[in-house]
Amino acid sequence: MSATFVGMPAFPAAAREALSDTQLRRNLAHATGTIRAKRAAVVGEVDEWEELRLAGAAIKDNTLRHLDEHLLRLEESLTDRGATVHWARDAAEACEIVASIAKQHAVDEVVKVKSMATQEIGLNEALAAQGITAWETDLAELIVQLGDDLPSHILVPAIHRNRAEIREIFRDKMAAAGRPAPDDLSDRPAELAGAARLHLREKFLRARMAVSGANFAVAETGTLVVVESEGNGRMCLTLPEVVVSVVGIEKIVPTWSDLDVFLQLLPRSSTGERMNPYTSTWSGATEGQEAHVVLLDNGRTRALADEVGRQALRCIRCSACLNVCPVYERTGGHAYGSVYPGPIGAILNPLLRGTGVDDQVDSLPYASSLCGACFEACPVRIDIPEVLVHLRSKVVDAHRSAPKAEAVAMKSASWVLADSKRLGLAERGLGLAGRLLGRFGRKVMPGGRRALGRLPWPGSLWSNARDVPAPPVESFRAWWRREGRR
Amino acid sequence: MKVAVQVTCINDAMFPDTGKAVFTLLRRLGVEADFPAAQTCCAQPMVNTGYLDEAVPVVRNFVDAFAGYDAIVTPSGSCAGSVRHQHSIVARRSGDDRLAATVAETSPKVYELTEFLVDVLGVTDVGAYFPHRVTYHPTCHSLRMLGVGDRPLRLLREVRGLDLVELPAADECCGFGGTFAVKNAETSTAMGADKARHVLDTGAEVLVAGDNSCLLHIGGLLSRQRTGVRVMHLAEVLAGTESS
Repeated sequence: MSATFVGMPAFPAAAREALSDTQLRRNLAHATGTIRAKRAAVVGEVDEWEELRLAGAAIKDNTLRHLDEHLLRLEESLTDRGATVHWARDAAEACEIVASIAKQHAVDEVVKVKSMATQEIGLNEALAAQGITAWETDLAELIVQLGDDLPSHILVPAIHRNRAEIREIFRDKMAAAGRPAPDDLSDRPAELAGAARLHLREKFLRARMAVSGANFAVAETGTLVVVESEGNGRMCLTLPEVVVSVVGIEKIVPTWSDLDVFLQLLPRSSTGERMNPYTSTWSGATEGQEAHVVLLDNGRTRALADEVGRQALRCIRCSACLNVCPVYERTGGHAYGSVYPGPIGAILNPLLRGTGVDDQVDSLPYASSLCGACFEACPVRIDIPEVLVHLRSKVVDAHRSAPKAEAVAMKSASWVLADSKRLGLAERGLGLAGRLLGRFGRKVMPGGRRALGRLPWPGSLWSNARDVPAPPVESFRAWWRREGRR
Repeated sequence: MKVAVQVTCINDAMFPDTGKAVFTLLRRLGVEADFPAAQTCCAQPMVNTGYLDEAVPVVRNFVDAFAGYDAIVTPSGSCAGSVRHQHSIVARRSGDDRLAATVAETSPKVYELTEFLVDVLGVTDVGAYFPHRVTYHPTCHSLRMLGVGDRPLRLLREVRGLDLVELPAADECCGFGGTFAVKNAETSTAMGADKARHVLDTGAEVLVAGDNSCLLHIGGLLSRQRTGVRVMHLAEVLAGTESS
């Protein structure tokens, strides 16, 4: 179980592969379509949805503005209630803190409730390197882990799998990880869930240490909140002797009453439910238990320093943007090369990791047609298209010292388009070409206009799949002048 | 009211008939509009690809070309959106305060064609005639960036002879997305293929939209697949009369 996103190709190449997988395309279209319809229905029930979105965005923005104060407050509240607070600058520090706690307790396995932060830092792999096995207990995470696979959705990590594939994974891989799947396992969802339940129960009852994330951290009371659907979170948080929570520093909300807004926004946006089945809250250490909280930066302060991009830290990981994104729907999550896929991943990864360093990360802001469906769906009003365009400019600026063909083309276009006389001349050239090509062009497009043939690169990127109408003999500008309209 | 038409660079160079249709239509409605010949492009291709420095001279040319008009009408939701939402970003980046001030003055005067017809002129029946089965694709920027709502449909419903059929999944992006269409060509065409399939499902003869850039993409796919469905800009449909 060592699948990793490290070394993933840039988005266009990864997407090309995904697009040719017909099974994946069908699974994704079905799943996102279903969640999209459910979400739209329950969001439609709330009259003041827009006011809630505005309130959610405002709370997050205000909190981020004074993040330092709120974090110190959180540390104080947690410490007062018997928890140990650790600060981690990056993934390596955070993983080392968790591993050392495991070692102090002589633990060689931990159970995990699904946590994006621990996936982000590669905790499972880091623990494995120190001889500690981490067991995922969320059903979809279990499927991904047993299948030696990678998550492809924030909320439904195994969205790319259908139930026949899940049955195969359980039948082939469960035995090696613990309790085997029943011999006569079918692909009925209830049977699959039953097999997972028995398999996981052994792990819950045996494990002495658990690792969690947190959806929210309330500064005033030192309360961590985990929202989930299966009850595995509750098992992980109550049964083991040691609970270690890895929490991104942007998860903070100042007061308990701020939570109210998010507990309304989150379930409707993510699973399309009015309320999520399990909400676990705990403040510090409960009796007989040891509690640790690792407050994780890992690029968050970098994102915070970006005036346009910082709004991405409002994200509550609901995945609504993934489910409405036409690009995600066709390429799936793996193409984004990160545990944060889809539109939010396309901005969060460059913000957390920085632009101009890695081709894969630099390709992400371009993995969007800027259609704006993500902004419309976002419960905390992150203007993802705005941030995408902003990050594209950062990618371009980072490479200005070594200009690519594209930069040269853009510079020439800018020169031509800055002056109507230059544009007029360029159009005359295009018109001449049109007259020539119109004579040779054999194909007539619907409506009667002639089409060009297949173009050489880079025009082929367009003409491989799409006909191109031949340029008109006369531009609008030339017609206007000829008509003497001025 | 002094009205100018921003024909847009793609219409100027590739779809002059759309520009002509806008003038025919406006004249029929009693508006004598100008074509300021100094105009070129709204700079969206540069901005959306991340070349903000390269966008500065183009935005400067735009505000100079359209200075002094009360309304600037454009047959493109995408270009109108770019002017309203992106010109201020480009101006801020340039550090030129005079440019920022001119942009702030010009941007609010830009209207997408259907906004101008419905909101400013107050008409939905423009006296058009187009005896064909038509389906309408609301382009993303018209739909979400501008929020033109059902204005185009209200205009189309008043066109005599026109049989308007609903497009399934109309609000889904066609996959054009400017340079996205070549930077992520395969994903773009996968999205466009689904759009083309929905168009075919309607049995329409003509696909209409308010942006020729999206139509260049969808029309290119429809043509390559030899579907026989033609694409037309909304302005050309609205410009048609029984005598034309």
